Amino acid sequence: MLIKNNALVTDEWTVLRLKDGETADQVAVPAGKVIVPFPVWNCQHETLRGRPELGLWLASFERAEAIQDDVHRFPVIAVDFHKFSDGRGYTMAYRLRKQLGFRGELRAMGDILRDQLFYLKRVGFDAFAVRQDKDARAALPGFADFSLSYQASADTDAPLFRRAQRGVTP
Amino acid sequence: MYRYDQFDHQLVTERVAQYRDQVRRRLSGELTEDEFRVLRLQNGVYMQVHAYMMRLAAPYGLLSAAQMRMFAHIARKYDRGYGHFTTRQNVQFNWLKLEDTADILADLATVEMHATQTSGSCIRSITSDEFAGVAHDEIIDPRPYAEILRQWSTFHPEFAYLPRKFKFSITGAAQDRAAIEVNDIGLQVVKNAQGETGFRVLVGGGLGRTPIIGTEISAFVPWQHIITYVESIVRVYNEYGRRDNLYKARIKILVQAVGIDEFRRQVEAEWQLGKDGPSTLTQAELDRVAVCFAAPAYENLPEQDAAVAALQQSDKAFANWVKRNVRPHKVSGYAAVVLSLKQPGFAPGDATAEQMDAAAELAEKYSFGELRISHTQNLVLADVRQSDLFALWEAAKAHGFATPNIGLLTDIICCPGGDFCTLANARSITLAKAVSERFEDIDYLQDIGDIDLNLSGCVNACAHHHVGHIGILGVDKQGEEWYQVSLGGSKGSPASVGKIIGRSFSFAQIPAVVERLLQVYVRQRFEDERFIDTVRRVGIDPFVEYVYATPVAEDKSLLTPAYDLIRQGTPYDTPYYSPRF
Repeated sequence: MLIKNNALVTDEWTVLRLKDGETADQVAVPAGKVIVPFPVWNCQHETLRGRPELGLWLASFERAEAIQDDVHRFPVIAVDFHKFSDGRGYTMAYRLRKQLGFRGELRAMGDILRDQLFYLKRVGFDAFAVRQDKDARAALPGFADFSLSYQASADTDAPLFRRAQRGVTP
Repeated sequence: MYRYDQFDHQLVTERVAQYRDQVRRRLSGELTEDEFRVLRLQNGVYMQVHAYMMRLAAPYGLLSAAQMRMFAHIARKYDRGYGHFTTRQNVQFNWLKLEDTADILADLATVEMHATQTSGSCIRSITSDEFAGVAHDEIIDPRPYAEILRQWSTFHPEFAYLPRKFKFSITGAAQDRAAIEVNDIGLQVVKNAQGETGFRVLVGGGLGRTPIIGTEISAFVPWQHIITYVESIVRVYNEYGRRDNLYKARIKILVQAVGIDEFRRQVEAEWQLGKDGPSTLTQAELDRVAVCFAAPAYENLPEQDAAVAALQQSDKAFANWVKRNVRPHKVSGYAAVVLSLKQPGFAPGDATAEQMDAAAELAEKYSFGELRISHTQNLVLADVRQSDLFALWEAAKAHGFATPNIGLLTDIICCPGGDFCTLANARSITLAKAVSERFEDIDYLQDIGDIDLNLSGCVNACAHHHVGHIGILGVDKQGEEWYQVSLGGSKGSPASVGKIIGRSFSFAQIPAVVERLLQVYVRQRFEDERFIDTVRRVGIDPFVEYVYATPVAEDKSLLTPAYDLIRQGTPYDTPYYSPRF
């Protein structure tokens, strides 16, 4: 299951992960809606380029800038958090949204837990594949941890001081 | 000081609810300790030797009397009646139950306080000059900028999971009392040749395992651009800082690895993408925050109070206190007073609930109801009429605040150490007690003069031993505690990292080692030359030669059980959640 728009939806996409012995240049990309890892795209983009329904995922150590010329080609880009405490994915999402102008589905996957959802949404993710052993429905309140924020990010262009009349009312 | 508006209130209230639910899920087992640790640390909650510890934020060290009374309340209701003021101008409580920590946050919220980002791999509670706003050498009051940066960094969605902790410090004075050269980002508020306000920005300073003095990345960032500029630095660090090795994860290692010129180029490139965007600070927002720090209603007073001057002539003890614990003020007839938390025999930086209440009362009576926590772990009343000094001194004496030792040898900067902290190799509080009891004679201390003695229980350097004129570091050798001594460190103007003098000493040798160092100083110094200046002039060799010339005897009185722990720690007898028990 996947969380989108604060609700559980069926995931129509399959995530391709290389198994032991498979290599990025040789692995066969199955038909249908598939999210391929960046190295597979990198090696096979000439044959994959024609497919209308191809998603891409980036590992936390990869760079959003590596796909900057192709970013609008993908309906889905996913960022894989191998560990929830590795925060590179937050900056990667921010770059994809704010600097590379990606408008498709931006998915957080891997070690995705309830207590990170609010920040993940703020930096631009709009789809969340909660870790499989966790109850995705129970994670939904995580989006409502806060009802406002001080800073600008991918979700809001302006910091609070430009959004609201601030100050102690006499 | 800054007052919360409805938005600030709402955010801290929502934080309490969020954390309360996280604790509930931890206690029910829904969250594992690995998942929960990161969440509790971002609310300042540690698991220590005896109990949970919680570090509460006093942003840039500024407090109201009501906030100080809240600390007293927390000490009484949830702890064992005392707390510990830290080198990052916060306060921590050492004997807490996990179940109570959400209630503590809720209590703090009633007085516009929190414990947000006092720990964890995120942007930490910002520090500043404890004399901000009153210092005679101040160019620009840094507090409005400190508050603006506090808000920017609070719950920043992109920077909650950095490679490692990230510390800011900010000063607006000629003399750096905020140790900006040993922070991840150090900011100095300055004016350029055109008279415009901006920031000199240092990056990549820090202590810990690899002490490094920060490097200038920009000589002048106009104040309007400070948020986008520091955001660019942290963004580059978040992406490129090392995550494979905890000991090499701080920004200082990244800056050293790529070099300051390349790092600056990356930051500038990043900055161009966000510069002049909506996060650019507005005059209206600066004014809104700055008005909170407007000067209080000072009276027109003469430069010198004749009665106080006369009392200094007639009362030597009062004169000593004025000399050490009273600082000049930019307003005529006023002074800043340091309340010493370094009474010999007591843990440096500790205060009881009664002392906290007393300090709040003194603040209300003598200093417009405000206090500051200094990075040297003392309290400051920043706006005292000189004519009140004698009465304040009498009151300070009654509450154990009047030890006239600010800046002297017994004003020891000290971490909690092995008596509390799971990271420590050594008992820093206990050793501080041994050292301060050996050098109790105030005339001797006055003769030695200004000296920073910093005592850390482990390489994490919470007591900043690298920048102590004398630095002492607890090290572990095959399960035994030893102490490494360094000389010549300085926390600022200019900062320097001390040099290790040689092989380590035992606990019971250290007071004698300090004494030998002082003997060399007394022999070598020119008239009125400070300890650090003598060390800089003659180098460490004369000190090394003398300290190691003959074997250093152990002080056997320090090997008795009384020295095992200052506060004999016993775990709670009622069961509460902790895997430790």
